[in-house]
Amino acid sequence: MTPEQAVTAVETVTAVIDGVEVTVPKGTLIIRAAEQLGVEIPRFCDHPLLSPAGACRQCLVDVEINGRAFPKPQASCTMPVENGMVVKTQLTSPVAAKAQEGIMEFLLINHPLDCPVCDKGGECPLQNQAMSAGRPESRFEGTKRTFEKPIHISSQVLLDRERCVLCARCTRFSNEIAGDPFITLNERGALQQVGIYENDPFESYYSGNTVQICPVGALTGTSYRFRARPFDLVSVNSACEHCASGCDLRTDIRRDKTLRRLAGDDPEVNQEWNCDKGRWAFKYLTSRERVKHPLVRGADGELHEASWPEAIAAAAAGLKGKRVGVLTGGRLTHEDAYGYSKFARVALGTNDIDFRARPHSDEERDFLAAVVTDLKTTYADIDKADQVVLVDFEPEEESPIVFLRIYRHVRKRGLAVTSNAPLSSRGSKKLNAKLIKNLSELSGLTTQSVILIGERAAETAGILSAAYEIAQSTGAKLAWIPRRAGERGALAAGAIGNLLPGNRPVADTSARVDVQSAWGVSDLPSQLGRSTSEILEALGDESLDAILLGGVDPMDISADALNKLLNTFVVSLEISHSSVTAIADVVLPVAAVVEKSGSYLDWRGVARRFDKGVDDADLRSDLRILSILADEIGKPINLPSITAAAAEIESLGAWDGAKVSFTRRAAAPASTDEFTLVSWRFLLDLGSLQQGETNLAGTAKKARAHISAATAAKLGVTEEDSVVISTDRGSIELPVSIREIADNLVWVPRNSEGSQVIPSLGFTSGAVKVAKR
Amino acid sequence: MADEANSFSKQLLGFWVTFATMFKKVNTVEYPDVKEPTAERFHGRHQLNRYEDGLEKCIGCELCAWACPADAIYVEGADNTDEARFSPGERFGQVYQINYLRCIFCGLCIEACPTRALTMTNEYELADNQRSKLIFEKEDLLAPLRQGMIAPPHPMYPDSSHLNYYKGEITGSHPSQAPEEQK
Repeated sequence: MTPEQAVTAVETVTAVIDGVEVTVPKGTLIIRAAEQLGVEIPRFCDHPLLSPAGACRQCLVDVEINGRAFPKPQASCTMPVENGMVVKTQLTSPVAAKAQEGIMEFLLINHPLDCPVCDKGGECPLQNQAMSAGRPESRFEGTKRTFEKPIHISSQVLLDRERCVLCARCTRFSNEIAGDPFITLNERGALQQVGIYENDPFESYYSGNTVQICPVGALTGTSYRFRARPFDLVSVNSACEHCASGCDLRTDIRRDKTLRRLAGDDPEVNQEWNCDKGRWAFKYLTSRERVKHPLVRGADGELHEASWPEAIAAAAAGLKGKRVGVLTGGRLTHEDAYGYSKFARVALGTNDIDFRARPHSDEERDFLAAVVTDLKTTYADIDKADQVVLVDFEPEEESPIVFLRIYRHVRKRGLAVTSNAPLSSRGSKKLNAKLIKNLSELSGLTTQSVILIGERAAETAGILSAAYEIAQSTGAKLAWIPRRAGERGALAAGAIGNLLPGNRPVADTSARVDVQSAWGVSDLPSQLGRSTSEILEALGDESLDAILLGGVDPMDISADALNKLLNTFVVSLEISHSSVTAIADVVLPVAAVVEKSGSYLDWRGVARRFDKGVDDADLRSDLRILSILADEIGKPINLPSITAAAAEIESLGAWDGAKVSFTRRAAAPASTDEFTLVSWRFLLDLGSLQQGETNLAGTAKKARAHISAATAAKLGVTEEDSVVISTDRGSIELPVSIREIADNLVWVPRNSEGSQVIPSLGFTSGAVKVAKR
Repeated sequence: MADEANSFSKQLLGFWVTFATMFKKVNTVEYPDVKEPTAERFHGRHQLNRYEDGLEKCIGCELCAWACPADAIYVEGADNTDEARFSPGERFGQVYQINYLRCIFCGLCIEACPTRALTMTNEYELADNQRSKLIFEKEDLLAPLRQGMIAPPHPMYPDSSHLNYYKGEITGSHPSQAPEEQK
């Protein structure tokens, strides 16, 4: 029997709902079976992705089995369909209809009539179902129960307890889906209410979903409070630009201003959830720091606003015929990255292009070209996995929807998770992850196992080689999950020194000929390009004359990357003013994600398309600008629009010839330093796309230095004290947290308030001095 | 001959209507020199009303904009804070615009308003020579401050809630509501 046949052989049951026979898989709830017939039973607590609760009682229906009727109407959201069942909903049974009206009247007794000041007004299931299934008038004449108006259960989420109908969707979501049981139903009777624990604030990375699934206006988001009504909003489909999970989002825009983002429904990826960063980090779009007009550095050494033709001419003059490096950052769409890739090869005649604006290695570059371009692992493989291995990867911090998927299976069937992290983070604890020091300790891997490799694997020599070797020998599925949304797309577009678009190796003559004929050019550079760090080195020793930057923060690469840019010609394509635009010679403003269309390739390599929501004639995509710039240089790339680029990528297709070979690198020798710094980023930190989001920052985890009990004893510190971590470059001072971690390691967050590792210490991992403050 | 006499008498009859009208009361008004009062419930320019202490009644709920069949109303709500309170309760209308090039004076917005913040005056002189002048902002629509009212932002009447306001129990301002420099 093939797997497909196994799936079809599901045990079914047949029942009659409203006089229509329906056959459904065994275990299907009555409310779901009725949906299949197009019968909508009113409901509040029921949610297809949460376990049944039967809390609101709104979905009462008349049920009889084999001729014997239940004495009273039953909740259809908790009762599975049985053979021989006859169900009558409010459409055919006056008893069910009356029961539903009664429940609605009860629910409305204590619900305030404040729809005019409620954010949910106009898109409220309670409003809608009170109209469709409620009584026209209430018989209640007493005084409604009142509570203090909204209380902050976190800096992002407000709770209006008067409006709550106690459906427990939010608490079930937090327990079952996010694994953050920080909210619960307190008290009993009329005073029952959603509450938070005194010592554990509602600092979940997924708290925004509770706002979205609240069927009344009890939970509202601080940032969208009183901003609009649903009829004001124009919604566009979008894909999340924050990480490589690939969430489907809906962006709601009022008068060209993004007001909110909601999780879209993609069962294969994010289901109906997303993380708070994807939901609430969008103020950078409307920030005052946005670059609106081209800027050109004049003879006086200052940046001046310029017209587009002036700025393009200045940029072309500085780039034409020069030896130029291109750094694209990891946040470009697939089409824009393709534009940079083609621009570097055709207009600049170089392979010196790299999308990795972070610590990186040559081992990684070979691994990306040889292995990652072929990977086909998906979320479905996690669903079927017998073991998940996390290699230098913290899913909750670096790809939250991947985390939700793993957590679901940890909770449902005890999926085994192994991680090589130096300490057990909150995410690892939720996943019940077994920590290992070395990948050689892995055991029991099968072809069903999944190895998820994070971008930090590039920081330790030999990790990628070891992971690849293990996957080869055991048949386990491999996936590479970068932190940024654009990295997989940039790889496919060839925005890296050893690959041309469509995974074609630069060193392969036939691959180059393939691309030459598609692009209609006679010659493409054949020498392997420089990597990010080599490009910066080359600027220093003047073997490169100029650099083209697309949304790069030099502090993500290294502490002295910015210095290397000082004495060279810099063209920066940016959305906002930054340390790079301050020193650039030409700054060209580009459209951000809602101002253009395009697609990201998520970690699976699948395109996540998004539409344009805001029309701003002054803001063009990177691609359009590069195309104009290439015309000005005299070597056109002919990519006038996103559609043109998408069509060209499509027609070019993927390479089926020989791949780049991957040679195994030796593992780094064990450190002999007294203290070694280890770090990763928190999801909510000082990232440039989160700037200005004070509500979101309010739930970010606080930075602490994690050390072992033995180290704490040696330094003579307790959790009340602070330690100073220093290198010869600088130092950071953080309060101590005593955790289970190796005695020679100290862990700090990489880019949080008070703990910016690269600017302060000069690196992300290495030897440091630790002392009591 | 007889036909001619008949026709002449018919003409006379016709002029009789003209002649008789000369003695009727004249309806024409010498506008703009003379301005007649309108009917009591004439639908004229809108007004955003205030409570007796000067706080605004508008809560920025947008129900008027929702009800408007001509899409003439634009509202943006915002949070009242302790530092700047414009209306009782949590929410106030930060932006309120009515476009009189679109308004058809049907009055559905008045019916929709849950706080009686929006009513119509009898003012009908709304012509102007620039389109932009016919988009009325909140300042143009707000009712003037009467005796005893204090211009917002200022706090609510001491020991009261938005319900006291809604029930009409606030009949004037309290000295403590005045801004610091006036106290």
